[in-house]
Amino acid sequence: MTAPVKALMDQLARLGRSGVGVLEHLGRAHLLLLSILGGLGDLVRRPRLLLIQLFSVGVLSALIVAVSGTFVGMVLGLQGYYILSQFGAEQTLGVMVAASLVRELGPVVAALLFAGRAGSALTAEIGLMKATEQLSGLEMMAVDPIKRILTPRFAAGIISMPLLAAMFSALGVMGGYFVGVGLLGVDDGAFWSQMQAKIDTYDDVLNGVIKSLVFGLVCTWIALFQGYDADPTSVGVSRATTRTVVHSSLAVLGLDFILTALMFGE
Amino acid sequence: MNHGRTIEILVGAFMAAGFVALFFLSMKVSNLSASGTGSGYEIEARFDNIGSLKVRAPVTMAGVRIGRVSAINFDAQTFEAVVILRIESGYEDAIPDDTFAKIFTAGLLGEQYVGLDAGGSQNFLKEGDKISLTQSALVLEEIIGQFLFSKAEEGAARE
Repeated sequence: MTAPVKALMDQLARLGRSGVGVLEHLGRAHLLLLSILGGLGDLVRRPRLLLIQLFSVGVLSALIVAVSGTFVGMVLGLQGYYILSQFGAEQTLGVMVAASLVRELGPVVAALLFAGRAGSALTAEIGLMKATEQLSGLEMMAVDPIKRILTPRFAAGIISMPLLAAMFSALGVMGGYFVGVGLLGVDDGAFWSQMQAKIDTYDDVLNGVIKSLVFGLVCTWIALFQGYDADPTSVGVSRATTRTVVHSSLAVLGLDFILTALMFGE
Repeated sequence: MNHGRTIEILVGAFMAAGFVALFFLSMKVSNLSASGTGSGYEIEARFDNIGSLKVRAPVTMAGVRIGRVSAINFDAQTFEAVVILRIESGYEDAIPDDTFAKIFTAGLLGEQYVGLDAGGSQNFLKEGDKISLTQSALVLEEIIGQFLFSKAEEGAARE
């Protein structure tokens, strides 16, 4: 075989290897998701495990979500007022703030914060458990680490995410109200009544909740898989944590586009 | 044990705050109580042209919102737009059968809505009844066209 042909074959082999690697990766992630879902039945008998995870995944993320929500709402109120007042339409400030929060910013920004705050912690925790052979230790004691460690965290992530997104949106609306009505002098009644007339409970609020459920599932799944699949070294755990944040953020933004197109396209 | 109880309380507060936020979003922000479908009754109005009237546009009487547009269809036999108005419960026997339905625009750039002008009849519309007196939406191009046409006529008469 001549040298150029061999070089070409090497390139092709490398491409094929990386393709197979990606597929293997995806396959392992889905198998892990299946076994995590299989553990949900056992979780009902041990609600205590879920409670502790709700604390570390949900409660500890609540503060940053609440603070960001308030400030995002306040900025929306300020920017929206400047633009809308050029058209003499300050009265619709409430609609603008609430629609952008409930439909998009609430679920998406809360999910990005969730991935950074809770997702990275989950990956680091599980990656370190793997590196220090605690997961193998559990298996030695005939305890299934997936049911015992991963499933409660997964369920906690899916339960927490819609609640966090709702808090983000609600506090954002309050922040927008504070800036718009309190500081800039938009009419109080028009702010709420226009909002109530234009925002629909099913089309807007419920779709936002569905979005945040999907984001919660994807973010927690990615975090758990990256931790469980990490190389059991300090470098491996650090890489896995970075990957969790990057992959979760990209997945949330990509999925948000698809979900928006499906939900709000007429 | 004490530590466990703190966690329980904090998780409880977290869940409660989340549900309060959801409740706030559905009640205060989107007004679930007023958008209830299925209550009230439906009446039908036929228009030659509905302009850009949309489903869920308000239906008002004397400026008060008493319902919403629940469906808009096109009748291929008569070439009319068939607009179904859902009137909220609490407004039974409030719309006389000689009521005039018009399509208005809220403000210069606002959305379009259906305004009802009550007639003097003692008979009231019930579920499935039709409003026979209607006036189409004003379409800007048509108004400008009419204006130009009348100007042209004026000019022709003067000569």
